[in-house]
Amino acid sequence: MYSKKVLEQFLHPKNMGSIKDADGVGKIGNIVCGDRMTLYIKVKSKNEKGKTVETINDIKFESFGCAAAIATSSMITELAKGKTLREALELNRETVAKELGGLPPIKMHCSNMAAQALHKAIEDYRNKLKSKNEK
Amino acid sequence: MTENKSKIYLDYAATTPLDQEVFEAMKPYFGEDFGNASSAHQFGQKARQALDKARAQVADFLGCRNEEVIFNSGATESNNLAIKGLVYKTKIQKSNVKGQNLPHIITSQIEHHCVLDTCKSLQESGLAEVTFLSVNKEGLVEVSSLEKVIKENTVLVSIMYANNEIGTVQPIEEIGKLIKKLNQSREQKIYFHTDAVQAINYLNCKVDDLGIDLLSMSAHKFYGPKGVGALYIKKGTPVKKIQDGGAHEYDLRAGTYNIAGIVGLGKAISMVNKETADRVKKLRDKLISGVLENVPNSKLNGSPEKRLQNNCNFSFPGAEGESIMMALDMEGIAVSTGSACASENLQPSHVLMALDLKLEESHTSIRVTLGKYTSDEEIDRFLEVLPKVVEKLRKISGSGQEAKKKLPDDFGC
Repeated sequence: MYSKKVLEQFLHPKNMGSIKDADGVGKIGNIVCGDRMTLYIKVKSKNEKGKTVETINDIKFESFGCAAAIATSSMITELAKGKTLREALELNRETVAKELGGLPPIKMHCSNMAAQALHKAIEDYRNKLKSKNEK
Repeated sequence: MTENKSKIYLDYAATTPLDQEVFEAMKPYFGEDFGNASSAHQFGQKARQALDKARAQVADFLGCRNEEVIFNSGATESNNLAIKGLVYKTKIQKSNVKGQNLPHIITSQIEHHCVLDTCKSLQESGLAEVTFLSVNKEGLVEVSSLEKVIKENTVLVSIMYANNEIGTVQPIEEIGKLIKKLNQSREQKIYFHTDAVQAINYLNCKVDDLGIDLLSMSAHKFYGPKGVGALYIKKGTPVKKIQDGGAHEYDLRAGTYNIAGIVGLGKAISMVNKETADRVKKLRDKLISGVLENVPNSKLNGSPEKRLQNNCNFSFPGAEGESIMMALDMEGIAVSTGSACASENLQPSHVLMALDLKLEESHTSIRVTLGKYTSDEEIDRFLEVLPKVVEKLRKISGSGQEAKKKLPDDFGC
């Protein structure tokens, strides 16, 4: 039912846990559908040739859900770590599923929300930055 | 087979392995004794003898007459035949109440899908009126609640003997007595059916003690082969066959006899014994207390006392059921789960929902069912592995003891 990669990520998830002083937090899911995850990011910004480049410096997740939900959470953290926010925003559920060697069709939606959580975390980071700058 | 040696099977409610002795008894009927039991020649008569013997074995187990046993393909078919067959044949004797001339069936909300869906199908086709009785928090049908919903046009009460998910044992004898008492002064007789699939190995199935008219069973739940079952139909119970064809099985079930399977069922049922049930119960009690002691914040679902000897069902808030099942499977331990994430339609188990369990509890449930091949060492190994699995998954979900308050969040799907 699950690919080897899914089982591997499920059994040995990377980057699990939370970041206390996270720059952005993304939450997705609810108890009715069963899966819930929270994604934490730390963003490093530096100036390169007059342009600000923001990179995901650290990323962690907490995930309550089936094996696929845990594997996709772990996979998104691996894919996003070290990427610029622009690159990270290009990651989607298809990328995650592909990297995992495919997911059972029924798991494609409900257990594959990690990319969405990442997008939310980036959005949260940008909102926080905006309100900080406005102050 | 060598691969299976280190594996631990704790899903006996799903199916049981075929007993070697049963397999030996079946073998000739796949080979030299291939005859059709409906044939009059010697080949056929040999098969007929085997059929008669198996029927006598089942009748002996149930304490009924041989001709009250109808062989078929399993419990799904038995339940369909019992319920549909009775409704098709029953004519409501009399009804003074408008709109109540349809036969009325009472069943419980925690029946197996083959009972629930059969009832729903009759209801949708306008052939019957159905009451789906709720159960209490332990999954028990309350006899007083049942009595309250009985109507003038009630023809059938169908309540399972023991639940497949939570193991709750229903008060079948008591319900039987109630129906017997009510029938003495009713014009429309009420018939009583029980789906005894999970009960055969563990509970008294003498039909006269139970006061039942119809009883379903399936061989693969008691170390017999898959694809064969039986329905007990008490003499005089109106049942119309639902699959048309030959006059097999007293004209109640058309189709060539699955002799090897029937022989296997007969042999398997003749081997059921109380000693095994008692031994399994001891192991189950050890498992339940071991889990409740060693896994913090764990809960036993169902009834602690009125519980099938081989059934355990737990919730471990913070650790999702499918994940627990998969992680145990990676350790070579097979269990099952009522979590929505593991079902084909992504719906949580209707049984757990009927118990009024919190969603969190149903998502985090696992069922562990034991059997005659379960050993003390296997329970030890399970008790060693499970706490680690639950702890790890709780860590991943960030819902360890210190973070419990995080659980009820809704972040939108």
